[in-house]
Amino acid sequence: MTFHSSSHISDGVATIRISGELLARSAGQLNRLINEVAEQRPTRVVFLMADLTRLSSAGLRSLVFAHQRLGRSVEIVLVGARPEVAEMIRHTGLDQSVVMQEPMG
Amino acid sequence: MTVARAGYPTHWISGFGVRAGRPLPLGATEVPGGINFAVCSSRATAMTLVLFQRGEREPLATLPFPESFRVGGVYAMTVFGVTPGSIEYGYRADGPFQPGDGDRFDPSALLVDPYAKLLGGAEVWGERDGPKWPTPWRSRLVDDDFDWAGDRRPALPPERLVIYEAHVRGFTRHPSSKVTSPGTFDGLVDKIPYLRRLGVNCVELMPVFEFDELENARFDEDSGQWRYNYWGYSTVGFFAPKASYAAGRHASPVHELKNLIKRLHQAGIEVILDVVFNHTAEGDERGPTISFRGLDNRTYYMLTPDGDYHNFSGTGNTVNCNDPVVRRFVVDCLRYWATEFHVDGFRFDLAAIMVRDADGTPLADPPLVGALASDPVLRDCKLIAEAWDAAGLYLVGGFPSYGRWSEWNGRYRDTLRRFIKGDPGVAGDMATRFVGSPDLYGERGPTASVNFVTAHDGFTLADLVSYNEKHNESNGEGGRDGENVNNSWHCGHEGETDDEEIIALRRRQMRNALLILLTSQGIPMLLAGDEVGRTQHGNNNAYCHDGPLSWLDWSLVDQNADLFEFTRRAIAFRHAHPVLRMPAYPAETAVSWHGARQGSPDWSAESRFFAVLLHQRTNLWHDCVYVAANARWEGHELDLPAPPDGLAWHLFADTSAPAPHDAHEPGSEPLLTDQSRRWIGARSVVVLAARKTSDQGSDKP
Repeated sequence: MTFHSSSHISDGVATIRISGELLARSAGQLNRLINEVAEQRPTRVVFLMADLTRLSSAGLRSLVFAHQRLGRSVEIVLVGARPEVAEMIRHTGLDQSVVMQEPMG
Repeated sequence: MTVARAGYPTHWISGFGVRAGRPLPLGATEVPGGINFAVCSSRATAMTLVLFQRGEREPLATLPFPESFRVGGVYAMTVFGVTPGSIEYGYRADGPFQPGDGDRFDPSALLVDPYAKLLGGAEVWGERDGPKWPTPWRSRLVDDDFDWAGDRRPALPPERLVIYEAHVRGFTRHPSSKVTSPGTFDGLVDKIPYLRRLGVNCVELMPVFEFDELENARFDEDSGQWRYNYWGYSTVGFFAPKASYAAGRHASPVHELKNLIKRLHQAGIEVILDVVFNHTAEGDERGPTISFRGLDNRTYYMLTPDGDYHNFSGTGNTVNCNDPVVRRFVVDCLRYWATEFHVDGFRFDLAAIMVRDADGTPLADPPLVGALASDPVLRDCKLIAEAWDAAGLYLVGGFPSYGRWSEWNGRYRDTLRRFIKGDPGVAGDMATRFVGSPDLYGERGPTASVNFVTAHDGFTLADLVSYNEKHNESNGEGGRDGENVNNSWHCGHEGETDDEEIIALRRRQMRNALLILLTSQGIPMLLAGDEVGRTQHGNNNAYCHDGPLSWLDWSLVDQNADLFEFTRRAIAFRHAHPVLRMPAYPAETAVSWHGARQGSPDWSAESRFFAVLLHQRTNLWHDCVYVAANARWEGHELDLPAPPDGLAWHLFADTSAPAPHDAHEPGSEPLLTDQSRRWIGARSVVVLAARKTSDQGSDKP
């Protein structure tokens, strides 16, 4: 399934919606988006990932990259991760550095 | 720092080529060909620079400042042919000795430069290999070249902090620490992985400015041990790190402390220094003349009209913080620590003194407090006040904040202690403390409140639930020292016991305190060792104990692994739930209070219970947590409020459950089998999280 990503920023909160499969070939696209978002100096970055169906280790590195690029002062919130995606994130310990939340509705 | 200035001698004094120096910056600064010395005194009639070869007892040279080298109240002289690494120095100031007028000049005293970046004379803890008291101190210069390796401050928003208060020496001095250099900055580096595992993200270091641990040292014949100034709340050198906290494997103590801070930052941990500007090590008129007293007594200290020392600090003298010269000194000092050491914030000991005028009158707009709040260099530093002093000025909730300052919330500590021990009439107050004390910090927000249940000054957490009374006999003050009102409860027996019921209750009470603390709005602070049940055997003022009573026994990490694990999980739970750490007070719709019955809180005097549902709704996600705390000696059934649509209650913690079921891994909590009711045990706290149901099992065995 094709990977899609989009973002917008409001009141210092950047929202990045990602869907499809985040694999090695799509990680570059997300990294570029993260760089663009980081330039805007958000205070919090929210990844909406309810429609993310697959997360490979290369894709996971993009999320780690976000953590490194944004710095510790920026809180990263992962919203709506599917169980298998959430398990992958927990398995690698990334959940210790981000906040995982349930989506509205 | 090297101040570039082409120079050549214009005078020869005591064999050294010199010239009029630059009055600023104050202190000793390397310049091309020599060192610029600048020291200020508004009342001295003459000033002399005394140079030593490093480590030598007798002076290398004595250089009186020519009158033409004085600019206003600053004596400045550039001395050529000396290098920073080879010399030590001090000053002798002449002037009137008229105590009734506040002047106490004593040209026989070798004075510490207030701006000295390092002090020699006390490099080994508890030993003096230099000149003897009363003037062991020699001011030194340091090479400030240090590879910060691109150090990046964590810059954590205040609401995300979990502070851990530690004593540099006590943290690793115990043989069980198994670090390479026990009791040092390097020793603490070895324990960074432990701090990471625990989950704290800010270390508050008890005083690291140079102090004299041998001040008032005395031998306790009963124990056969020396009693020291162990805590270090008695500064000798405000710009100098404590030399004997260095293991000596770096270029200097300055480099070793910088390395510690760099390594903590790399681990995502901020560093707050506990700073003491309310008094100095000079004490009252009976104390030694070390620096301020001999340079400018009536500028630096608050004096009575008769020239005696005001004693608002309880230690003999009181720094005159709002004098313009002193104010500049404090600002310079903190700028130095923030810029040169990359320090992330400061906690000010007895900060209420900084609110007083020269005669002790509290000021509505204290210049120093305002200056620190508005200083551009300190803009990103956390500023935390211990908002009281030893003379009864209690400003908790009322410390002038200028939109910047936080406070140690002493009322939070007292209320939480009274609540968990089951005092009547506390439930309502506890609820107010729990949501960040809006009655105290309404306009400032919850991060103005640094919440704690224990700190270095007082009982440890294990002792709080094991002793009704302080047991300070070993301090050698006849048991008179230390706080008398501790709001502690021994759970049925004073001190150690093998009664299993009492032991179980104490364990539960510690968990109750930790869990309430770590789910409260505000900034939580833990005392190092409380996470593993460290005891001081009932001593609530262990300031003078440099020994196992004060050192962290690392065997407790294994011995009380269940308590460590509980604390670790509670911290992780806080990090996982923004609803527990909001930057502003939660909206009314985000908080609902409950009793045993849903929506029926009981704030009566007899109530020993509160329950609260915290629900943060953004346009993107929910964060919903329920906390119920029962300080009563009986358990009871709870009606649970409904979780948000599509979510279900999961059990994060129940302190009445045996470990490891007392707390679960955040994100992997078991589903609550009965979503509408829950039993809460006697003297217990239950915490639930609402999330989607997964296959993590249920709370039923």
